[in-house]
Amino acid sequence: MAASQITDREPTKVAIVGESDHIVAEMAARIFADFADPQTINRAKDGAWKGPLWRALSKAGLPLAWVPEQLGGSGASLPDGFAVLGAAGRFAVAVPLAETLLAGWLLARAGLASPDGAMSVAPARPVNHITLGRDGTLSGRALGVPFASDAPHIAVIAEDATDVTVALVLAKDCGIDKGQTPAGDASNMVVFDRVKPLRRARAPAGLDCAALMLMGSVIRSVQTAGALEAILSLSVAYANERIAFERPIGKFQAVQQNLARLAGEVAAALAVSGSATDAIGQESAFDEAVFLEAASAKIRCAEAATEGAGIAHQVFGAIGFTDEHVLHRYTLRLLAWRDDFGNESYWAAELGRRVAQQGADEFWPMVASR
Amino acid sequence: MSSSLQFDQVRLPPECQSLRRDVRAFLAEEIANGTFDPHRPGHGDSYDRAFSKRIGARGWIGMTWPKKYGGRERSFLERYVVTEEFRVANAPVRLHFVADRQSGPILLKYAPEHIKADILPRICRGELCFVIGMSEPGSGSDLFAAKTKATKVDKGWRINGSKIWTSNAHVADYMLGLFRTSPATKDNRRHGLTQFLVDMKTPEITVNPIYQMTGEHDFNEVVFSDVFVPDDHVMGEVDSAWKQATSELAYERSGPERFLETFYVMLELIRALGAEPDIRSAEGLGRLVAQLHALRRMSVSVAGMLQAGKEPTIEAALVKDLGTIWEQKLPHRVRELTAFLAPEIGNRATLEEQLTFATTLAPKLTIQGGTTEILRGIIARGLGLR
Repeated sequence: MAASQITDREPTKVAIVGESDHIVAEMAARIFADFADPQTINRAKDGAWKGPLWRALSKAGLPLAWVPEQLGGSGASLPDGFAVLGAAGRFAVAVPLAETLLAGWLLARAGLASPDGAMSVAPARPVNHITLGRDGTLSGRALGVPFASDAPHIAVIAEDATDVTVALVLAKDCGIDKGQTPAGDASNMVVFDRVKPLRRARAPAGLDCAALMLMGSVIRSVQTAGALEAILSLSVAYANERIAFERPIGKFQAVQQNLARLAGEVAAALAVSGSATDAIGQESAFDEAVFLEAASAKIRCAEAATEGAGIAHQVFGAIGFTDEHVLHRYTLRLLAWRDDFGNESYWAAELGRRVAQQGADEFWPMVASR
Repeated sequence: MSSSLQFDQVRLPPECQSLRRDVRAFLAEEIANGTFDPHRPGHGDSYDRAFSKRIGARGWIGMTWPKKYGGRERSFLERYVVTEEFRVANAPVRLHFVADRQSGPILLKYAPEHIKADILPRICRGELCFVIGMSEPGSGSDLFAAKTKATKVDKGWRINGSKIWTSNAHVADYMLGLFRTSPATKDNRRHGLTQFLVDMKTPEITVNPIYQMTGEHDFNEVVFSDVFVPDDHVMGEVDSAWKQATSELAYERSGPERFLETFYVMLELIRALGAEPDIRSAEGLGRLVAQLHALRRMSVSVAGMLQAGKEPTIEAALVKDLGTIWEQKLPHRVRELTAFLAPEIGNRATLEEQLTFATTLAPKLTIQGGTTEILRGIIARGLGLR
């Protein structure tokens, strides 16, 4: 479908807009509904819809929402940005909005201005490391960098024994492969071979690679919760419409039990991701409390993604497995997001180690601290 | 579409955390005095009248109720903190817990003034044990199939029949029970049940013990032979108990007791693994921590929404569904995660004793207070599927 047709199409049939106190998020949801309706773009055989969507998002100041005005952004609050990402999850948005938000946040924390256009962030996995050489260039290898091949710029955090550096590089200066997630979104290996940054600065105290992974994990958790909300709505609506054995399949207890389980996964994801965003918004540093919240959110939301995607596909049966059906736009992204910024196994091992180090007597006080 | 779920981001206010310190200090003192051993499983489920009275004296029973009935007018979040601290410490709260959680609130809503003035202050002092009279032989989850009859007589009602699986009945002072006062109607099978306050010391009541597979005695059969209940002991509207049952359920279903019942095995797991667990154990522990944290945040969120006057009915049912399944699986998971530990770990005896107890107890967790199947039916209804 050509880009010009996108603006002419019929209004969205199913509005997937959750309750929100955030005007910014409501504006974002309207843009998603107008330019990235999952049903419409699923029918489009090319990515022509992406340009108009990105322009609308940029015009609204959303990609750089977390960048203060003096650094070129729109200076929205952390809660507003997270609410936008929840809405993006409800539409399974497949442009580097979350990545640009995160990159802008990272650069701004180090006092660096953000460029126009999309950005990604490297590294995107906690087991990858990038270093800053004495000559001021960056070296290292980052796997699974989301949308790296679609973004003109990449924000980088480089770490060595003494210093943490935040840098902005041109994507074309890096080696970028053609990797994709199961959903077809770019997810690339990015090789930094003495890449000279456009600009760089020392990271402020408390901001390191681990903090970036935690922030990225909370972002993915929020998107996951949003996408899970959407597949619950879609699944319930389908179960009420689809007739088999002479009644809607939603009248069968076996199907009801499955949908109730899906609701449980959605509930857990919403509660734990919401709690983590609240913690990040309230705490000034990535301390123990934020670690528990962010790591738990990523673990639990990834588990919910696995369970939830499976249940939704079971409810839809064969039609949900087709290319033309919209379900895979959500489920494949839910599954892919599990791997970004540390998967559930990684964070579980980290969280388990930390709890073990602190010992049994400290455990409940930590859980009950808020 | 009604499938939108809401979990407000609720943080416990500062007064909750200072209350928490008071509760912990009180519990530490009781443990030091030998009232109970936090490492002994099952104690959280036992009765201790003297201990309940000391808790009452601190103002921690009926603490959200009006002061004129002995309450303290504290918030529901403050009650939440007290409940979770007692549960985590394995403190014996069984005697007063049902009265505090659900019987008191029902009396507050439906009892005549003189009964409120008489009974509520005694609950607050930790003197009274309440039981719930719902299940009968032949009607468990299907509450509205109850047959035990209350027949109108001069100045009151006469009850005949029996209730079963009645926890605490052998020590209880009062029952709040559902009894059949009319037959169900054709178009409403829930019609015809009435809620009564019954004095368990009535001589025409016989309590027969039913021993459980844990070896403990908690269940009972309660037999009513011409038990007289005066008119003023009818709670709410005659024949319409079904209208009254639903609003309290959110409180009953979403509390910390719905995921912390086997929590002691998790603490023992952390002790057993030591400061440097291998990666398999660390990952397994981390996943349990994430699940627990998520459940607690859901539960606190529901508590906050209740405090704010919202009605998070589906959210509360979801907390119990996820929470009870988690606490049921927990001992099995701990067993797997401790499979490769050296035989000489310091807390092996305690760990094994707790695992044996928790494993034996686990099957009941998804049955009591609304089975998984019933909860999922409620959730499905909330989603708009029924």
